[in-house]
Amino acid sequence: MKQPFQIAVERHGATVLRVCRATLGAGPDADDAWSETFLAALRAWPELDEFTNVEAWLVRVAYRKAIDLARARARRAVPLDPLPEAPTTDDGDAFFWWDAVAALPERQRLAVACHYLGGLPHAETAELIGGSPAAVRRAAADGIAALRRRFDSIEGILP
Amino acid sequence: MTDLFPISDSSLAELRGRLATEAASAGLLDLTVRTVDSPVGPLLLASTGSGLVRVAFEREGFDAVLQSLADRVSPRILEAPSGLDDAARELDEYFDGCRTSFDLPVDHALSAGFRARVQAFLPHIAYGRTLTYKEVAERVGNPNAVRAVGTACATNPLPIVVPCHRVLRSDGALGGYLGGLDAKRTLLDLESR
Repeated sequence: MKQPFQIAVERHGATVLRVCRATLGAGPDADDAWSETFLAALRAWPELDEFTNVEAWLVRVAYRKAIDLARARARRAVPLDPLPEAPTTDDGDAFFWWDAVAALPERQRLAVACHYLGGLPHAETAELIGGSPAAVRRAAADGIAALRRRFDSIEGILP
Repeated sequence: MTDLFPISDSSLAELRGRLATEAASAGLLDLTVRTVDSPVGPLLLASTGSGLVRVAFEREGFDAVLQSLADRVSPRILEAPSGLDDAARELDEYFDGCRTSFDLPVDHALSAGFRARVQAFLPHIAYGRTLTYKEVAERVGNPNAVRAVGTACATNPLPIVVPCHRVLRSDGALGGYLGGLDAKRTLLDLESR
């Protein structure tokens, strides 16, 4: 890839962070997944094919990094510990969205992360998170419906 | 839809700064870039591990400059807002009028042949002085290469630091300048104070 890497960070940094936050919740783990994604991408960058869909490629890398971190976090977790405090970000009022996404059942959350936020087609999302494209479509739709119900009172915010 | 899952600019800026630091310490960064403000408009600075490799004016188009650095040096480029501190400081001092020459490690990777020879000579023109394209051609030992000297100045990858603005036409006209004639005039005025 001959595109300056900085351009990819500018264009896709926000999308990658959404995928990381949706998968891990907003907080230090999502930030770490974001960093690891772009470091891995920078390593591979010069050899990457010119015609790669960079955003989709980054979303797949981000998903895998996020899942690795989630597994590491699960190994670290000590049973009976209190739940971690709600993560805070400097996004002000916005982080209730991330809390809401984090509260979805896992498959819905991953489908929302990869498909709605990462922009991957259902078939590609299915390859990543497992299951059939139809099941992924359902999980993503259910996840969005759950978010819509949760914020039903805020008129017109969700499509 | 993504508008509903907002990411603040400050979160991203922090992550990008951290990425540049981590990439540099992992040896993955070939070029670091940063923009600074100046009396001749925003400047893009780029450095490799060996030193400052490019200074660009806004009118050159920063995206085009990044692309050309990617093509000619490496696409492993990241912006580091706190990087290139020495270059930024020396430029500040120059524009404040308290620095008359630059004392920075410089990477001449973007220059070759006769152009490199001319560009290597340019810092020998003292602050506040000027030479004509013809005089420079003579000084680098090729008196007939007046046009080539013009090209070498026009393609100087390190304007300001390598002072191609100190070269004028024989009739006293400014000649050309990558940063525009207003920028050339501003630099010459600054140096004549």
